[in-house]
This record gives sequence, C-alpha cells and structure tokens, in this order.
Amino acid sequence: MMNIDLKKSKAVTGAEAVANAMRQIEPHVVAAYPITPQTPIVEYFAKFVADGVVRTEMIPVESEHSAMSAVVGAAAAGARAMTATSANGLALMHEIVYIAASSRLPIVMPVVNRALSGPINIHCDHSDAMAERDSGWIQLFAETNQEAYDLTILAIRLAEHEDVRLPVMVNLDGFILSHGVEPVEFLPDEVVKEFVGKPKRVYPLLDTENPVTYGPLDLYDYYFEHKRQQVEAMEHAKKLFPKVAEEFEKISGRKYDFVEPYKLDDAEYVMVALGSTNSTIKYVVDWMREEGFKVGALKIWMFRPFPKEKIQYYLNGRKAVVVLDRSASFGAEAPLYEAIKSALYEATIRPRIGSYVYGLGGRDIVPEHIRKAFMDAIEGNLLVDEQRYLGLRE
Amino acid sequence: MPVNYIDMARTFKSNAEQVGIVQGHRLCPGCGAPIIAKFTLMTAKKLGFEPVVGLATGCLEVSTTIYPYTAWTVPYIHNAFENVAATMSGVETAAKSLKKFGEIPEDRKFAFIAFAGDGGTYDIGLQSLSGMVERGHKVLYVLYDNEGYMNTGNQRSGGTPTGSNTTTAPVGKVIPGKVQIKKSIVDIIGAHEGVYAATASISDPADFFAKVEKALNFDGPSFIAALSPCTRFWRIPDSATNSVSKLAVETKYWPLYEIDRGVYRVTRKPRQFKPLIEFLKAQGRFKPLLSRPDADEIVNKLQEYVDKRWERLLALEEATKDKYLR
Repeated sequence: MMNIDLKKSKAVTGAEAVANAMRQIEPHVVAAYPITPQTPIVEYFAKFVADGVVRTEMIPVESEHSAMSAVVGAAAAGARAMTATSANGLALMHEIVYIAASSRLPIVMPVVNRALSGPINIHCDHSDAMAERDSGWIQLFAETNQEAYDLTILAIRLAEHEDVRLPVMVNLDGFILSHGVEPVEFLPDEVVKEFVGKPKRVYPLLDTENPVTYGPLDLYDYYFEHKRQQVEAMEHAKKLFPKVAEEFEKISGRKYDFVEPYKLDDAEYVMVALGSTNSTIKYVVDWMREEGFKVGALKIWMFRPFPKEKIQYYLNGRKAVVVLDRSASFGAEAPLYEAIKSALYEATIRPRIGSYVYGLGGRDIVPEHIRKAFMDAIEGNLLVDEQRYLGLRE
Repeated sequence: MPVNYIDMARTFKSNAEQVGIVQGHRLCPGCGAPIIAKFTLMTAKKLGFEPVVGLATGCLEVSTTIYPYTAWTVPYIHNAFENVAATMSGVETAAKSLKKFGEIPEDRKFAFIAFAGDGGTYDIGLQSLSGMVERGHKVLYVLYDNEGYMNTGNQRSGGTPTGSNTTTAPVGKVIPGKVQIKKSIVDIIGAHEGVYAATASISDPADFFAKVEKALNFDGPSFIAALSPCTRFWRIPDSATNSVSKLAVETKYWPLYEIDRGVYRVTRKPRQFKPLIEFLKAQGRFKPLLSRPDADEIVNKLQEYVDKRWERLLALEEATKDKYLR
C-alpha cells in the first residue's frame, strides 16, 4: 500500500487534487463543460485561469460534445489539451471519444465516474467508463486521491510518447474520491513541469508550411489498416507504461504498475476490483487475515490496454478469484469479470471464479459485503456462470 | 485596403495549387461548394492570411479527402458532422494559447475557416455554431447551402425550401413536399450580436470577396451563408450553377445582405426583380410541386413571403442604421 507522508501532504478532495495536477501540467487549452461530480475540477481550474496562476486558455463550451470536439481541434493544432467529464457527459462525447483516439491525439481526460442515465443518478459507478472501453483510449483507475493526482501527471507522458500517441482517461470514483477528502502529497510545481516536459508537436495544423489533412474519408481500402495501427499503439502503451511509471517513481517515490497485488504472496482467495473499493477490500483482507483466512487482493490500475499477462501471473494457481464489478453488461457478463475470466482461460491452473456486481448508482459497499463474497469463495460456493450482487435488495 | 480582384485572379490563374483546394477532387461537375471554398481561400490568401480550414462531414469533405489523397494544400481538419464550429474553436484557441506561451510568433496571421453544409449548420451543428459565436472565437464559418442532405441523396434539412421535392419530404398525393419555410440562418447567427453575418452568392463574386474580406478583418466570429447549387438534386444542368444562383438573387429568393453587430445592410438592391416562379421553374426539384393542381396557390404564397421578407429587410436596414449593438 502506498505510504503517504502526512507531514508533507495536504487534505484535499479528489477534484482539488486533479485540478492541481492540471495546474502543474498547465496545458495550453482546457475545454470543459460542468457536470456533477466532475464540476469542482472545472471550478478549481477556472479559478486558476481567472487568477492568472496558469496561462492556459479555457474554452467554456456549451456541451461535452463540444468539449471533446474542441480539444481534438486544439490537440491537432499542436497544443496540449485537456478536458474532464462524468457519466452522461462522457456518453455525449462518445462519438468524438473514438475520433480522438483514431486521430492519435494525446488528450488526457480525468473521468469522475458516475452512473449513466437512466434513470438519472449522479452517484458513482463505472458504467460511464465501461461504455468507452473499446474506444481506443488508455483507461487508468485510481483508488485514492493521491493516485488520481499521480495518474493524471503520469498519463501525460504515456499519452504523448511518440510510440503511443493515444488519449488517456484517468478514472476516479464520483463523490467517493472527487468530493472525499484525503491526504495528498503534491509534487513541487517545477518537478511536475520537468517531468511532463514540453509536448512534442506531431503534424500540427498550425504548421502551414507543411499542410496536413486530419480526418480524411477512409474507406475499405485503408480503414482496416488504420485500426490495426491503433491495436499496435495499445501494445506500445503496454510496453512503455512500466518505463513511464519507473520515471514517475524517481520523482515521487510512488510506484505504479498495471496492477497492484495486496497480500498475495500466500493468498488462496483473491478479490479483483477497480477504483476506490480496493481500499475497503484491503481493510477486509486485513480483518480476515487476522482470523487466519488466506485472502488477498488484486487492484487493476490499467484497464485498457488490459494487462492480461500480469493478471495471469498473479491469479494462476489460486484456489478462487472473486471479481467485483461496479457496472453491469446487460445480457452478458460484467465487464471486469468477463475480462478476468477470459485471461484465466490460458492459466495452467485455473482458479474457481465468481462474479459480483455491486455499487450501481452509488449504492454503498461495506466491509460485510466484501467479507460475504470472500466467504463464498472460501466455502467453495462460487459458480462460474452465476452473477451475484452485493448490497442489492431482491 | 480592399482586395484587388483582377490582381487576385491573375495571381491564382498561374498558381492554382496556391488557392488551397486543387483539382482532382470528386465533387460533381457544376457543384457550388468548391467555388465557394476557392472564393473564400483566394481572398484570405490575397489578404496575407494563413488559412487553416475545418470541415463538417458533407459533400465537400468526403469528395476532397479520400484517403490517401487530399485536394487541400492548406492545413485541414475534419472531425465529425455536427462539430466543425467547436473543433475550430479549439484550433483557434490553440493558436491563441501557443502565442501566449511564446511557442509560435505573435505576428502569425491565421485565417481559421470552417466550411459546412446546411445539414451541419441549420440542423445538427447549430448548437456548436451558436457556442462558437457566443464565445467570440475568431473563426469565419462559411455555410455552403445546397438546401438539403445532398451527400446522402437529397433528404430534407432545415435549409430546404418550401415545396422542394426531397426523399424524406417528397411531393406526394397529399403532402406537397416540404411544407415548412427555410430557417433564416443569417438572422439566427446575426442575433448573437457580436458577429458579422452575411449572405453571399457565387453569381456575384465582387460582393462575395468583399464579404470574406470584411469577415476576416472582423474582430470576432463571422458567418457567411453562400447559396450552393446542387446540380444533382436541384435537377439543373451542370452549366446552370451560376445562372440559377443569379436567379435566386434576382427573385428575392436569396437577398444579399449582412448583419454587422446588429446593423443590417442590403448589399445588392436589384433595380428590377423577376418573379419567384422563374427561379422555381429553372429547377427540377420543384417540378413535382409545379405539376400539382394547387401549384399556383402555393407559388403565390411563396411570392408573397419573399416580397414581405424583402420589405422587412429594407425596414431593418433603415431601423438599425449606425446602431451597432456592440
């Protein structure tokens, strides 16, 4: 678990942490539209702009669709461009989310995870991020406000690497992180500035001496090859992520990887999850270990590209794996479960596996729920083909 | 210093690739859109601007950039259908920011130009356009108005005229084609106040060039609605692009005017007008309407409408004279 020096840290919300990462990155352009629970990020950042703390030009667009469209334009022009959103805002961007990735524009976007309508709900789940999982964006998930801050900075380097050139979503759980106060250790401004460096301009539109055409009509004779290149770029992202994480560790002392194992050495029963719920899982792991249960956890930091090999490495040979999903895929298995199950197909010793959907629309998840799921695994009561629910009234 | 048109024509005659859009594209013979693009880009270049263009999905976009080819010799971006205004807001802001950061020279004189058809402007792109204008981005938005979704085969748009035969509002036994009146897009954009908005016609190049010049030198967003005959779906001969455009102006169908920060000015006042029926009769798209037994009644109503609109325009010119809103 990450050690945060409380003397060096400040108590801030996730939104404030992310807004400060953006302040230190100081992108050329930020285009954003307010939506709960992303709003405080935009508010903090707008204040930085209004006070002249950053030189960033802010575009107060009239919708999220225009927010993503404007950052695509700005990034193509040669600027470092960012936005942030949640839920329905991300869904409204959807069309352009794909275009940003296929245009290979390294846009970094914090996504404050919130349940998609309908019915309308403003609280946390991962349905918004999951709806974009095939869009060609790199998707990172933060457990804590510290991670939301760190990953936003780290994402810039990953996105802009010349072998990657892909946009990145930094996911943080709505309200739980965005509005929850935690200690965050900020890096000095100049350290962040040096780490992110100046963006390399690749085929900028503003180079009128060397005109380029962005977004041409790409039919059956080339489209397929371009999609293949996106597949390749994701592979590059996978290769480069450890290097970028290592460099980040040098400036911060904090280590990032595709996944984070927690008390896995001798663990027989492992729970896998995304986001802030991992803190609760770790608490339950500690609690159950005191009682002698060999339990552990595997947190997924990077969901796209999906770190299959790491997952196989950590889960191969365990007695049972419990996967927690904060979103459902109606008519199919939940997204994280489906991915973990698929990865385990290649495992030499396949663990028993079970799927638990929890927390939709912000429904609270408590240690007892997690303990119950662990106990199911321990008691041999997991069915590979049964989706169960935690904290649901039936 | 107004641009010298003769000099401009000479410059680009021997230097066609310098215009910004070159031959080899796959637009239909007689299409109005590339003429509009050329008129705009030539003027921008002649005035010393570095054009950067953005396109909404549509005829001009799909026909000029079939990968791996491009007909554009100026930087070009196409994002999607409804968002060229937002995309160019981003491009323009990037330039502003890069200048502020000292990463590009302050004296670079860009002309950010968006091109979009009527579907991308009147309908699906209206919100994005309104946002761009309201925020005051210095972008020239050029509408090539071919009065329908022509790229997808002649469907009705908010810019399709009353009585026109389209595939989604066909002239049937009961319904006489499109029954609604075309949106007054220039008034809608002009109502944003801090904007220069104008109509233009390729049949009047001098008026067109002057408006592009005014738009590019305007300190804020600008909008030019240019009528863009579609030979294929207006059902006119390839050679009639100019004559039909001219008829549109002469019949009050497409009055040439501008709204500069709320001040209306009619830029061309023909001494004599032709009856609207001449504009309608010149095009096959109105043939089904004109074959109906109630054709006269409908045409009379349309004539009354264009007459009233012309009178209103003159009254607005009088009423708003020198009364700049911003």
